[in-house]
Amino acid sequence: MRTLLILPLLAFTLAACEREDREYRSNPVTAESQEKIALVPLSAGPGGPTEQRSGLGKEYEENAFHISQGQRFYVWFNCNGCHANGGGDSGPALMDDRWIYGGQIENIVQTIREGRPNGMPSFRGKIPDDQIWQIAAYIRSMGRNVPKPAAPGRKDDMSPGPAEQRRPPGEVIDGGQVPPSAQMPQ
Amino acid sequence: MKRAFSILLLSLPLAGCQGWQSALDAQGPSAQALAEMFWIFVAVLGIVWVLTMTALLLALRRRRPADADPLSTDPGTERRMTITVSVAVALTLVTVIALTGLSYAAQKVLFSHKDGALTLLVTGQQWWWKITYENEQPNLVFTTANEIHIPVGKPVLIKLESADVIHSFWVPNLTGKMDAIPGRQNQLQIQADRPGIYRAQCAEFCGLQHAHMGMLVVAEPKEDFERWRNHQVSSAIPPNDPERQRGMEVFLSKPCIMCHQVRGTDAGGKVAPDLTHVGSRRYIGAGTLETTRGNIAAWIIDPHGIKPGVNMPTIQLEPDEVQPLASYLEGLK
Repeated sequence: MRTLLILPLLAFTLAACEREDREYRSNPVTAESQEKIALVPLSAGPGGPTEQRSGLGKEYEENAFHISQGQRFYVWFNCNGCHANGGGDSGPALMDDRWIYGGQIENIVQTIREGRPNGMPSFRGKIPDDQIWQIAAYIRSMGRNVPKPAAPGRKDDMSPGPAEQRRPPGEVIDGGQVPPSAQMPQ
Repeated sequence: MKRAFSILLLSLPLAGCQGWQSALDAQGPSAQALAEMFWIFVAVLGIVWVLTMTALLLALRRRRPADADPLSTDPGTERRMTITVSVAVALTLVTVIALTGLSYAAQKVLFSHKDGALTLLVTGQQWWWKITYENEQPNLVFTTANEIHIPVGKPVLIKLESADVIHSFWVPNLTGKMDAIPGRQNQLQIQADRPGIYRAQCAEFCGLQHAHMGMLVVAEPKEDFERWRNHQVSSAIPPNDPERQRGMEVFLSKPCIMCHQVRGTDAGGKVAPDLTHVGSRRYIGAGTLETTRGNIAAWIIDPHGIKPGVNMPTIQLEPDEVQPLASYLEGLK
């Protein structure tokens, strides 16, 4: 009887191994994934706007390895130069629930790739595609829009608040306020 | 036959005692102190082992009469036993105290810091070494990676830091290990007494490519060192042949510039090895591949085939961009 109890318990521990499943060799086909997103729910004619999501997002935002790599690149590529630790500075905050250009991971990927008006540069051709996905997954973890087990448990250096893993689950409200940089006459 | 084979197998590890990465081939004062200590320990403990084994064998071989009384209290035997045990205990104490004293003396050599040293800041990263030559004159400060040059016979102070996890700096020919710990700075002094190229290796498991985290220490005469330093301080020389000019265009328009720096160009990334004089270094990928045009091209095209898990990404390159890029980088002497 006891063995019967222990066996499923042991099986549960195995489930944890998928937390940081990773491929040691990144995809040799380095072309960018095809994401089509719409920034407004309106479209001409009947039906919503045409969107196409590659489904890669789930793979990235449920994986602790990808998110922690994103955390590293966030600093390496100077995202914190404008967005600080997620609280926002000259760029909008990333840890709140407001998303000017949509808060789904595909939207964030496109925002990094294409850039956005009033300051966000385009990183197409400068950051390889898989790293853009990793950064986007980390950004999703800031407001805890990723599963708790996958979110980073600690930072390498001093952190102004609780680690992503300890934050309450967030929500995504599309369409935010105009960022401070856009309000100023330029 | 079997015995000959096992002797051959046993002698194989001895082959590791020579060459450019061996603690027993000491080339500096602190490595010398360590090597001396190693041989003293081997000799003393070897003698102790032989004596113990001899005593054990003698005791095993000695026959006792079948009718001997186990509780014999013969005063002669008692006295002999007391003397033997006392002498053995005294010898053990002397040995332990002597070895402790020797270790202490060796540590004084290891941790004594001489003045007037050249100062280097070495930062361990997954999986390479960032090296900054410090100097009071700001125009002589420069950053390089994975290859240290030092003048022969001069003490060099190594300040050790880490950017991510714990690494350990180890040049077996010159000194013992010292850990590089995130959030603090450790210091270590090295000195090479003879010119040569010594290999260093990360000695603390630091992740997937720990084994491919090597470094070279090149000890050379003072004039050669000065020449090398004055060259490293300078910016990269702009290419003057069309192929390398094309390579530079490719380099500056690709993701390379997000992480790498080439002084004298717009590439200013500081999170990956400085490539200003990459062609002058003997190895790329932290001691992984020799610096040749072919290896540079192979590394750019497929870093994860060579060093799986490395942070160098696979980037999108057209076939006709690879050759100019590799030749540009190779030419950064």
